[in-house]
Parts: sequence; C-alpha cells; structure tokens
Amino acid sequence: MELLVEGLTVARGGVPVLENLGFRLSSGQVLVLRGPNGSGKTTLLRTLAGLQPPLAGEISLPPEAIAYGAHADGLKGQLSVAENLAFWASVYGTRDIERALVDMNLVALRDRPAANLSAGQKRRLGLARLLVTGRPIWLLDEPTVSLDAASVALFADAVRAHVAAGGAALIATHIDLGLDAAIFDVTPFKADPDATAGDGAFDEAFL
Amino acid sequence: MIALLIRDLRLTFRAGGGFGLGLAFFLIVTVLVPFGVGPESALLARIAPGILWVGALLACLLSLDRIFQLDFEDGSLDLLATAPVPMEGAVAMKALAHWLTTGLPLTLAAPFFGGLMSLPTAGFLWVFVTLLIGTPALSMIGTFGAALTVGLKRGGLLLSLLVLPLYIPTLLFGAETARRAIMGMEYAQTFAILAGVSAGSIAILPFAAAAAIRINLR
Repeated sequence: MELLVEGLTVARGGVPVLENLGFRLSSGQVLVLRGPNGSGKTTLLRTLAGLQPPLAGEISLPPEAIAYGAHADGLKGQLSVAENLAFWASVYGTRDIERALVDMNLVALRDRPAANLSAGQKRRLGLARLLVTGRPIWLLDEPTVSLDAASVALFADAVRAHVAAGGAALIATHIDLGLDAAIFDVTPFKADPDATAGDGAFDEAFL
Repeated sequence: MIALLIRDLRLTFRAGGGFGLGLAFFLIVTVLVPFGVGPESALLARIAPGILWVGALLACLLSLDRIFQLDFEDGSLDLLATAPVPMEGAVAMKALAHWLTTGLPLTLAAPFFGGLMSLPTAGFLWVFVTLLIGTPALSMIGTFGAALTVGLKRGGLLLSLLVLPLYIPTLLFGAETARRAIMGMEYAQTFAILAGVSAGSIAILPFAAAAAIRINLR
C-alpha cells in the first residue's frame, strides 16, 4: 500500500500553484506538508483526494484508499454526534462508531446535537469521522485547527495508532504534532503563476 | 446510499429542515386563487387542474436550492465526493429525498386542496394520478438545476430561471392530461408523454447532475 506522486502540477482557479512535485508515502509513514499560506497545500490535498484533476503528472495509489479530512468537517447541526458519525460509518460500509467516540473523547457528547458543540468539539467529531472510514491513507488539511493541547495529543495518538496498524497519513499543518514524521516542504515547487495552465481545456474559460 | 436518503429525510423533518414549506405555499395558492378570480364555481372548476399543477410546480421550486447548497456550505459535499458512493447514486438519492418530502406530500394533498377550487369529482383522481407521475420529473430536473448552481452564492434566482423552461413539458402534459380526463376526452397520448418525460428525466439527469457537481467542486 503506497501513495506515489510523480511530476505533479496542480492548479487552483486555473492558475498553477505547485509544479513538478513528487514524493512517496508508504504504509507506516507520516508525511507532514509544510509551506506558507497560499502555497498550495490544500490544492495538493484536494487533487490527491480526487476532487480536482491534476494539470500534469502521475498519482498512483490503491483504489478506495483515501480518507480526506478538509477544513470543513461536514457536520449536520441538527443531527447528534452519534448520528453524524453513524452516517459516515454506513457510507464507508463500517458499523462500529464506539471506538472512534472513545478515541476522540466524545462519549459524553454522543447525544448532543452537533450544532451545540464548541469549535474544538466539532473538530474532534470531524476527526472521529476518519476513524470510522477504515481507509488506510489519511489526507488531512490542518487537522488541529481550534483544538486545545490535550485534544492535539489525542489526535496525535490516533494518528500513531493508525500508522502502527499499517496506515499512512499526509498532514498539512503548521504546528509540531510530536509525531515521528518526515517533513515535506512544498515551497521549492512553487509554480510560476504567469505560466498558462494548459490551453484548450473547455472548462478553463469558466474558472 | 440508503444512509444518505435516511439522513436527508431526517434533516428535512427536524427543526429548520423546511418540511411543510412547499405544502404551506401550495395551500396558500389554492386558497388565494378563488379570491382572485371570484366565486364562479364553473370557472374555478375549469381552471382548477391547471392551477393545482402550477401551484405544485412552484411549491416544488421553493425548496430546490436546499438540495445541495447546505451540503456544499458545510463541506459534506466534498466529503461525499471522496466517499465510496457513486456521485450519480448520491444525486439520485437526493432527488428521491426531495420528492418524498415535497412531491409526494403535494400529490397527496392536491385532491383535498382541489376541493377549495370546486374541482369536479373525476378531477380528484386525475389530479392525483398526473401529479404522482409528474412530480418525480420536477424533483429530478430541479436536482439537476441545483447541481448546476451549487457553488454560487444566492444561486436561487439563476436556478429558477434555469429550471422553469425545463419544467414546461411536465406542466403542459400533466395539466393537459388532467383536463382531458376530467372532460372525458382522449388522454392516453398526453399521459404517455408525461410518463415519458418523467422516465427520461430519471434515467438521464442523475448522470448530468453528477457531472455538474464534479465540475463545480473543482
């Protein structure tokens, strides 16, 4: 199980942001993405998650391997914590949400509507969603936003357990998670924004 | 995919979900029209099928922009797109959920509201039947329109303008079938076309809507 990226060029709004980028992520590894704001970390993660096509390059990964954790947690305020989690569990064809609730310290909140959670609690629920996907490769976009120190430690433990079980994680973050992780700085791959983003593609005109 | 349907239904029925909005609007239209056109029951009976159809169509239109917009705003649409659910299936479930919470209640209510419009007795059955066959097309076409406008802020106006012309065949053949059946005329042809519009929309539009969402999420 391995994520291999070669010669990848990604664009946001039709403008290339990162070009000719490559790395390898094998099971048991954590790779931390670094780079200043606007350097294209989110765009890279969205491309790897399959939400947008790359401009150039190859992404090779096993099918059905990716769990994507975005800035937004995708929670429904009217549903309870357990209902939110159970929904995603059944979408991914898993059933057990208890472990995820325990791991993210949400047991006491399980019947609380998600709308009444604090920002940090919502984030914890968003991260608990990753645990119920059962997917080996986690792509995480600033997972620790609005988490307190104890919750960051909780999250780091969850990543450690995931990796120890043969998973892998690619995490865009600005803080030190205390993980045994390789650092991948995207700054050297910054694309020239004036270069044209491939011509002829019909949808470019609308972006 | 069933999980998605159940979640959508649950969200609609919970507080703030907007269930009943379409139904209330439909009731208002059918109550107000007799005031507007006067108390002539012969005239009312003649226009009743058409008014019921127009009312149901507009009530359907009201809730369309909620289909994808809320999921887009809270990020669930991105997560759904990366989940092991085909987008076509997710779109079809969204349309089904919309129909179950809008089209079906409107269909069931139409015969009762028809009473307010002096709908002839034969009309109760035929307004019900044509709406039952026609409203799935309204939900599916509306879902397609919602998919096209999903990323736009205040896309509701554009959505209505896009969807209204696409609704015309359904309205035309739905109301015409009901009118002909009530007057005792030959209705098999228009009824077949109405059913065809519905079946065609359900067969084709999930794919078009899924493609539109994929482009809008980029």
